[in-house]
Amino acid sequence: MKRAAFTNRWLPILLLVPQISIIGIFFYWPAIHALRSSFYLQDPFGFSETFVGFSNYASLFNSPAYGRAAIFTVCFTLLVTILSLGIALLLAVKADKVVRGAKTYRTLLMWVYAVAPPVAGVMGLILFNQSWGPIADLFKSLGWDFALGVHYYDTAFAMVLISVWKQIPVNFIFFLSGLQSIPKSVREAAMIDNRSTAGRFWDVTFPLLAPTGFFLLITNITYSLFDTFGIIDTVVKGEPGNNPMTLVYKVYVDGFRGNDLGGSSAQSVVLMVLVLAMTVFQFRLVERRIHYT
Amino acid sequence: MAQVTLSEITKVYPNGFTAVHPASFDIPDGEFVVLVGPSGCGKSTMLRMIAGLEDISQGDLNIGTRQVNNVDPADRDIAMVFQNYALYPHMSVRKNIGYGLKNRKIDKDEIDRKVREASTMLNLDDYLDRKPSQLSGGQRQRVAMGRAIVRDPALFLFDEPLSNLDAKLRTQMRIEIKALQRRLGVTAVYVTHDQVEAMTMADRIIVMNEGRIEQIGTPVDVYNTPETTFVASFMGAPPMNLMAGNIAGGKLRVGEEPIAYDNLPHSGDVTIGIRPEDIVPDERGDITIDVTLVEELGAHRLLHGTIAGQDISIHVDKDNMINTGALRVSLKPNAVSLFDAITGKRLT
Ligand SMILES: Nc1ncnc2c1ncn2[C@@H]1O[C@H](COP(=O)(O)OP(=O)(O)OP(=O)(O)O)[C@@H](O)[C@H]1O
Ligand SMILES: [Mg+2]
Repeated sequence: MKRAAFTNRWLPILLLVPQISIIGIFFYWPAIHALRSSFYLQDPFGFSETFVGFSNYASLFNSPAYGRAAIFTVCFTLLVTILSLGIALLLAVKADKVVRGAKTYRTLLMWVYAVAPPVAGVMGLILFNQSWGPIADLFKSLGWDFALGVHYYDTAFAMVLISVWKQIPVNFIFFLSGLQSIPKSVREAAMIDNRSTAGRFWDVTFPLLAPTGFFLLITNITYSLFDTFGIIDTVVKGEPGNNPMTLVYKVYVDGFRGNDLGGSSAQSVVLMVLVLAMTVFQFRLVERRIHYT
Repeated sequence: MAQVTLSEITKVYPNGFTAVHPASFDIPDGEFVVLVGPSGCGKSTMLRMIAGLEDISQGDLNIGTRQVNNVDPADRDIAMVFQNYALYPHMSVRKNIGYGLKNRKIDKDEIDRKVREASTMLNLDDYLDRKPSQLSGGQRQRVAMGRAIVRDPALFLFDEPLSNLDAKLRTQMRIEIKALQRRLGVTAVYVTHDQVEAMTMADRIIVMNEGRIEQIGTPVDVYNTPETTFVASFMGAPPMNLMAGNIAGGKLRVGEEPIAYDNLPHSGDVTIGIRPEDIVPDERGDITIDVTLVEELGAHRLLHGTIAGQDISIHVDKDNMINTGALRVSLKPNAVSLFDAITGKRLT
């Protein structure tokens, strides 16, 4: 590899400054600030603060509301991840059969990715709207008195459905390209070795998709935990009430609605630790297990 | 082990392109048949139809006594070795070799025994627990072979299995594959575009060109009596000399130069084919060649020159010191093949 040499020693530093300041200002500084705030108790107007040690954390772990949100978050994450990965994989496998080689068709399918995400959230709301949403109407005609934002499970159901729906195109594209990168001759060799289509899928196709699948698993967990904020916010409309919410959303609600900056900071720190753990896990596993070539 | 029969097998791809024109041939039990031809002539298509990886557009394919046109690849009792080996990258060598057996409801101990047997035969014992990515090209090739032989199939199919190996390894594997096939007695169809591989390995050669079979015969037949000018120029390195000639009054000439042949039953324009090694320098010979270039090949010497304005090459032993300039030569008996000047088909 060629090494670039700088004659002026300030130039590389200058070039790094924008990136470093962005990371510093938007990531490290708030993170450090949150860490610090989590050990203090702020008065509601932000004029004074008192050092309280771990008491914010203690009250967090003793709070039943926090426990409920944690349990909901786990269920929500599992459901969204499993459903969006599962459905996308199924669609990709079916599409792969048809699309092999047909480039135009494949490009058409990929457009969904560009179009769907921003529109999906709003469309979900419209579809599930209690008074005139077609899906809500459908449920009503089936005898399910669907009330978004009123019944806990109905709201949770809509949240999961919209989140899954929004994530499927991304997963689909990754799975499809993963499938298409499996050499044709390997599939053909498998056709000679194993007559069962399902057997071939689980023995050959699926393991070869594992690197893609693992990458998607991590991104989907991250998505369910963090990026669903917008969806939850639209569905809940900032009215927590009896509605389900994820831990990330609870940080926002407690901090900005409840003005409990210390408690909210403690929650953020817990989430940061979680992300850190996931990242370590991801790198460990990627290094160890999943590469073939 | 089985006999394979193809009758009027045709392949038309969905885009309307006819890759294989109606082809018929039999492969007797235990024979090693090599399909040879230039790139794009339809060899792989033919092989893949036999394997069941490509639909047969028309015609009948029988393996043993069974018509297998619509039988799944897994149920045809065949094993195939692919050009890029097509090993399962996530499975160890042991699992790669055993995978086909596992799916055929054979019990574990039996699979283990067979995998061992195959790996010993192929010198793979030390690599059984490695992944394909940890093997050299030659070792991967052996694993692909192992996967085929362990199944003990009725028919082996090879699609240019040696083309990714270097020249030395290719020569070695060529001998090993042939010996293995002999030992196991399994019928084999082997695709290559390398005519040396075809000559050395085949019991019978099938020469293909543009989706048609040009000739079927033993290596000696194909080499000595090519049926068409295509076969004459494709088989042999250097290839057969092909020159435009003319027969008048039973005498054959190239330009004004008479080639010693009398009483030929044909007349008119012909294409004359002579193998380079069938021309021998001979002071009393009555053909004169103008040698323009001498190519040293170590054991041999290749002379390039012209006869009546047409290119010709001559293959001589290293003991023959020859300089450029006029050279008198004679032909070995039966050295001349005659082809129709227009259709390119053999005349005698
Ligand atoms: N799926 C397809 N659709 C249309 N035409 C095809 C298809 N696959 C192959 N062909 C054409 O059929 C012809 C024969 O192809 P084939 O792969 O059998 O050649 P080959 O003899 O094996 O050549 P090579 O030595 O390069 O492997 C080629 O002209 C090729 O372009
Ligand atoms: Mg081919």
